[in-house]
Amino acid sequence: MAVTEAPLPRPALVEILRSTKAMGTLLSLVWVPLTIYVMFPNSVPDGIRDSLLIPSIPAVLILYAVGVHSWRESRVAVIGLTLICFWLLMAVSAPYLPLADPNKPIMPFAVPGAERDGHIFWLGADFKGRDMLSRAIWGCQRVLVWGVTATLIAYIVGTLFGLLAGYLAGWWDEIISFVANVFLSFPVMVLFILILNYLGPSGFNIVIAVTFASAPAVMRIVRGLTLDIKQRDYVLAAQTRGEHPFYIMVVELLPNARGPIIVDACLRLGYTTVAITTLTFLGLGLQPPDPDWGLMIRESAGTAMLWKFSYMLLVPALSVSSMILGFNLLADGLREMSLRD
Amino acid sequence: MLKLILRRLAQMVLIMAVVSFVLFVIFDSDKFKKQIAVAELGGFAVSALTEEDYRAWLASKGLDVPFHERYANWMANLFQGDLGHSFEKNTEVAGLLADRLLNTGILAFWVFALMIPIALTLGVIAGIKEGSPQDRVTSFISVFFTSIPEIATAIILTVIFALGLQWLPAKSAMIGGWNWQELVLPVMTLVLYDFGYVARMTRASMAEVMTSQYIRTAILKGIPRNRVILRHALRNALIAPFTVIVLQLNWLLSGVVVVEVFFQYDGFGKMLLEAALFGDIYVIQAGTLVAVFVAVLSQIISDIGYTFLNPRIRFN
Repeated sequence: MAVTEAPLPRPALVEILRSTKAMGTLLSLVWVPLTIYVMFPNSVPDGIRDSLLIPSIPAVLILYAVGVHSWRESRVAVIGLTLICFWLLMAVSAPYLPLADPNKPIMPFAVPGAERDGHIFWLGADFKGRDMLSRAIWGCQRVLVWGVTATLIAYIVGTLFGLLAGYLAGWWDEIISFVANVFLSFPVMVLFILILNYLGPSGFNIVIAVTFASAPAVMRIVRGLTLDIKQRDYVLAAQTRGEHPFYIMVVELLPNARGPIIVDACLRLGYTTVAITTLTFLGLGLQPPDPDWGLMIRESAGTAMLWKFSYMLLVPALSVSSMILGFNLLADGLREMSLRD
Repeated sequence: MLKLILRRLAQMVLIMAVVSFVLFVIFDSDKFKKQIAVAELGGFAVSALTEEDYRAWLASKGLDVPFHERYANWMANLFQGDLGHSFEKNTEVAGLLADRLLNTGILAFWVFALMIPIALTLGVIAGIKEGSPQDRVTSFISVFFTSIPEIATAIILTVIFALGLQWLPAKSAMIGGWNWQELVLPVMTLVLYDFGYVARMTRASMAEVMTSQYIRTAILKGIPRNRVILRHALRNALIAPFTVIVLQLNWLLSGVVVVEVFFQYDGFGKMLLEAALFGDIYVIQAGTLVAVFVAVLSQIISDIGYTFLNPRIRFN
């Protein structure tokens, strides 16, 4: 039988989209506009701001399709991804949906289904008369942006110190580990409360507080992984080549530690989201009037402790739960898949 | 072993010293002194005070003493068992702390009493046969309940049992004296949030044991399955969950601020939050030291327990 050379198949569209570069582009296409939109609302002219999030909508949809395709073997991961992408889609499309202004008081204590001037309150209105549906959808923007930014920065700091402690060992390790232990033995909530009370409540200070609280734990994980990986032959090869330690850390060690880091990041995103909501509930986080789930709970807990108005508490509570459930299920699915390989 | 414990305790003392020093530096700043003044005298009164009056007020509170002197005094008093005086509550810190710790202790006791049996049973049932329907269902339940944040669980339970069915009081402030009914919702919230985590740990540990050689041998020898599970598997499978359960102590002490605040239960976490917001330095100092102590102690207990339960691990 003659051996015929099989024609090289053209890479499928999915394969192209799964490449690191394409995923990075898509993620930044969602992330950068959303961050600018929420964090620096006044730094861009109004005309651009109005259309800033339009390219993010297809980007989220493509990300979702690629994610479902690559993780289709794990039902749990797909359910998690669906929940996350639903909120992500809500976050980027909130300005273009036919929603009432989330900060405009219309009809105080309107129960779900009530109507005024042709506007139907599908989820009711809060004690000031602001539309709950609109507030729930707008609220996810802030939670997502601040939560992911805080986690990202905590990860950068934690990974850096973890690599230093794990790879350089010796005194570096002793000092970094001791500082991390000091932070870890602080009760997390006390640490949050102290930092935010000292710096004052705001989104940027939440990022700092989350970094102080999460980075030591991240550092420990990365340090452990580094200690394991640096025994491998390819690291020795790089050392023999005379590569700079920094090069070895970033190019040789980091990419090979990414699996467990990604799973942990997913879980930590959930924790951070809970922490932000909780801090806002305690009055230390994001400030009114802009909609936010923790804030909605805080305001309603003081005004609506009645069965008739319990939707005011339930809407934000269920929203935040579904988002955390998404992160946890995705992390669970990813871990399951990585164990199977 | 003894050396390890001593090393840990020495590290704990060092951490406590660092923590208390940092806290003192933070709360000795002018910003926090002003915050106490505003909280006690009111914002308008403070802005109307002259510089001299403000200084006199600081002196009356003992806040004008230089930092190092205050810290040294506090240290000296600490070793004599005097934890200082609360600015906000106007009582001795020691009494306040004991009172709040007792409240949190009662809460923690009931959470443990309910959570441990539930979590272990579910975890063992799931872990007996990995991938079976019973495993999938229990695992999903565990992930599901762990994913709902404490604040959301608290809200949902309150809406159902307090506002809807009106079986239980919505708040647990214990205004009319001690009332067991008021304890139900906070305990339920914490159990629902926490059992999933412990159940998952138990499941992983049980699943690992069930695939080991000696269990296969026992089954092949013809020992009834129930006996294999109860006599052979459980002993080893419950070692890992033990350490996890001990570490929950730390979380129950200070991680439950939200639940205590939401239900207005006067526990340790709520005390710390109020003190931090007020700038009540001696309460924060005492509370944080207790928290650090419990955190390190629970770690040591879990490590020691692990070595005792698992003869394969020995520290040299």
